[in-house]
Amino acid sequence: MTRTLWDSTVGKKVIMAVSGLVMLLYLVVHMIGNLKIFFGAGEFNHYAHWLRTMGEPFLHHEWALWLVRIGLVAAVVLHGVSAYHLSRRDIRARPSGYVHRKPRAAYATRTMRWGGIILALFIVWHILDLTTGTVHPGGFQSGRPYQNVIDTFSTWYGNTVYIVAVLALGLHVQHGFWSAAQTLGVGNATRDRILKTTANALALVLTAGFVAVPVAVMTGVVS
Amino acid sequence: MKLTLRVWRQPHAEAPGAMATYEVDGISPNMSFLEMLDTLNEELVLDGDEPVAFDHDCREGICGACSLVINGDAHGPEPTTTCQLHMRSFQDGQTIDVEPWRAAAFPVVKDLVVDRSAFDRIIQSGGYISAPTGTAPDAHATPVPKPDADFAFEHAECIGCGACVAACPNGSAMLFTSAKVNHLNVLPQGAPERETRVLDMVAAMDEEGFGGCTLAGECATACPKGIPLPSIAAMNKEWLRATRKVRR
Repeated sequence: MTRTLWDSTVGKKVIMAVSGLVMLLYLVVHMIGNLKIFFGAGEFNHYAHWLRTMGEPFLHHEWALWLVRIGLVAAVVLHGVSAYHLSRRDIRARPSGYVHRKPRAAYATRTMRWGGIILALFIVWHILDLTTGTVHPGGFQSGRPYQNVIDTFSTWYGNTVYIVAVLALGLHVQHGFWSAAQTLGVGNATRDRILKTTANALALVLTAGFVAVPVAVMTGVVS
Repeated sequence: MKLTLRVWRQPHAEAPGAMATYEVDGISPNMSFLEMLDTLNEELVLDGDEPVAFDHDCREGICGACSLVINGDAHGPEPTTTCQLHMRSFQDGQTIDVEPWRAAAFPVVKDLVVDRSAFDRIIQSGGYISAPTGTAPDAHATPVPKPDADFAFEHAECIGCGACVAACPNGSAMLFTSAKVNHLNVLPQGAPERETRVLDMVAAMDEEGFGGCTLAGECATACPKGIPLPSIAAMNKEWLRATRKVRR
């Protein structure tokens, strides 16, 4: 069955749909966690600390966090590799375009590939900035995420990179969620409207929720 | 009507092709698009030129032989086949671009004619039912619930013209394959081969070099028979069900 999935265009889309939904679920949790910044440094830092202690004493310190990280890396790799294989195939399947060009498909649909590449690059920067602190502006303080977030969003490029990536994410989720439902065979004529509405709502809530943090730092609501 | 046509001319599969410009005059708005091309070809033949090759057969919108991407739209601006498209859909003096279906799996044979035998091979892989021959069974011998009959009929309308592939940015044949799979898989007559049909037809589709589906929705917009986009989701559901049931 694994081979059937991997060797078929329909199967690879199923892998993309499932890995995409895993990442989407993570993003919803991540966004809710981020919004704790509005309750002050104490609560935000406490939450960040809890992420390392969750599952204790059954799990060792940071084990739960690492399990989540492993799952996410697997999802990102499966999603990306499948997308690469399918995209190459798609481009080969349409070698010459039409002379008479027309704007095709919705903006979110057309930007899935570039949007995905932007998001992959963003994830690398985001981890180097706020998890490892390698490219963090100013002194990165492990265990003090509140201050680190403010440092990042006090730079123009930190805000620009983050907001562009979040907008790309919104577009990606808008088409991706609905598309995943079709791939998994959940979509039909009667459910189409509710699926599209859910996709739009998810895209909007995630974009607004993530953008709220840099905007709050820029406007001084969070300092 | 007086029109400027820019038509894809390609002498044979290996030769390079290019758009050629022609002027046609005296076109009636009541002519079909193919009759307009016939008029052009008559003039070309009289001038001693090679006529433009294009596919056509029934000219009633039911056989699936005609094709053509007209001004960037498969089958032109109306939701019908090229043979049922009339010149009243265009304006006097307009420039019209006429191109063949574009897909790696549909190589150009000559001018506007493409080889669509990839579709035949997809059908051969599972687009049939195995039934004992003999006299025709009574119409009510196998009861089919009305919603299932409607669903099957909606998909049976597919004429296999390939407009879905031509319109798809990925050259994907998912709408065609889903129409064929859904048509037979919902009916009791199609039940014995329900799982192998969807698995084999999807595999045959991939084998032919069609692209994958990105749910752009261009196929359903272009389809002259109105095969709906959710057909693809219905086939995906059948495919997932079959992979769970059949161990290969």
